[in-house]
Formats: sequence, structure tokens, C-alpha cells
Amino acid sequence: MIKEKYYISGFCSIKEKKVFKNGNQLYVDSESDNLKDFAKGIYKYLELKYPKFHKMDELCKLGFLASEVLIKDMKEVDQDTALVLSNKSSSLDTDRKHQESIQDREDFYPSPAVFVYTLPNIIMGEISIKNKLKSENAFFVTESFDAEFVSRYSEILINTGKASNVICGWVDLDNDKYDVFLAFLSKKGKIELTKEELNNLYNQ
Amino acid sequence: MAELREELKEKLIEQLSLEDVEVSEIGDNDPLFGDGLGLDSIDALELIVLLEKDYGIKLKDPKEGKAIFESISVMADYISKHRTK
Repeated sequence: MIKEKYYISGFCSIKEKKVFKNGNQLYVDSESDNLKDFAKGIYKYLELKYPKFHKMDELCKLGFLASEVLIKDMKEVDQDTALVLSNKSSSLDTDRKHQESIQDREDFYPSPAVFVYTLPNIIMGEISIKNKLKSENAFFVTESFDAEFVSRYSEILINTGKASNVICGWVDLDNDKYDVFLAFLSKKGKIELTKEELNNLYNQ
Repeated sequence: MAELREELKEKLIEQLSLEDVEVSEIGDNDPLFGDGLGLDSIDALELIVLLEKDYGIKLKDPKEGKAIFESISVMADYISKHRTK
């Protein structure tokens, strides 16, 4: 396999009530006291018109919003742009809500709308539907962001012709604590893709 | 019946997270699926749960929902005839 050079052509993070794109602060919300309102604020800031957003669970909203920020200024996203995401807490935040709804046998009304989000890979489904992606996707649950694994997996997808670009990163949520980082990998760009560089950008 | 129709509109907005929709924007006879409110298959399942939880109506066959959830008027009519709570 020929080792080609790939690049990080854009990156985005959502941390501590702030949204950053390519290292620059794009949005800050010091007023909202919960994640739902914070996410809604970003949705409004981005001037999105996508009613399905409001039906998503908070984990999906975070991944979806980060992807929208990441591709905001692109004319279009190639349909074969792969998605390689990861996190530590899987869908635990919504798993708990579902568990609560089935805890009491006398009051047993699980919500289908909650249940569909009891898998973290639904984030990729939502991003794919919005951007009409027909591509490879994979979601990994790891203890912390593994830049080496994610970058190598993404490189293989591009190198083997399975994807022309990759959106990769970390979308984690547990009990209102969130940590989101997405990067757009392609054959063009200024920042060469290495595990060190990807890690540096994640830790910014 | 008008009161039940208003109640259903409020429940729909709350249960189905229709944040961009106001009660006044939902017509009694507007189709709930397709070109109307644009509800999807998960919403249909959510409405089946709502019928059972709030009105004590348990549908034996989920396919029955297609006719019952045609519009707010049809839903209200069905609930008023079959509710147990």
C-alpha cells in the first residue's frame, strides 16, 4: 500500500459552552444552564432549518451541530465522505432515560423516540441523512480520544478508495458533561494529518 | 370535542418535540403525516404510546394507527369513543 499524505482541512470543537472552528471561537453561551438550551442556541446561531434536530437526543445534537459547523462554508460534501467517530460514554446518557421509563412495571411506557437513540452510531445516521452521505461509517468506544487509531483507520479508508474524505473525531456526553471534536480529513489542506497533529488540535 | 382537539395539539407538540410549531398552526383536519406536519414512523409509534398512556387505548394492531392518526379531528373522534381514562 502506497503511503500518501493526507491533511486536516478543518476542525471544530464544542467544549465548556463554546464552539470553535479551526481554532477560532465561533459561538459562546454564558446564559444557558443546561445542554438542551446550549444546543438550541447553536442551532439558532447557525440559522438551521431542520425540524428533526429537535427530536434528536443531546448526544446526537452535539455531533450533528459539530458537523454543521465543520462543513458550514463548504459548497457541498462528497457523498462518499466517511464518518469515523468515537467516545467514552457510548449512548449512556439516553440509555439511562430509557431505563427510567421501563423501571416501573406498573408505569411501563418506554418512548420509541428515546429508544432509537440508545446507540451512539445514530449520530452518524443523522449526519448522513442531512448531508445525503452514502459512505462508510464506524463508531468506536474507547477510554479517551485515540488519535492514532482514528487517523490510521481514516487513512485506510481514503487510501483504499472507500472514501474521498473523512469526518472523524470524538463526541462524548455523560450527565451534561460534553466534549466534542471533529476534523475533516482530505487529500488537500495545510495541516498534514499525523496522530500528533490530530491530538494537538483535539487538546486545544 | 373542541377541548380534546386542543389538548391533542398541545400533546403532539410536547411529545413529538415539534418546537417550531404552534398550536394555532395545526388545523383540525390537516394531515399529520406526509405533507401535513411531516411526522415520521417513530412519531407514529410515539402516538400509539400516547393513546395507551393518556387515554387507556391499546391498539391491537399498530397498522390501525394509519387511519386513527389521519388528523387531529379523526384522532379526537376515535379517542372520545374508545377512551378508558
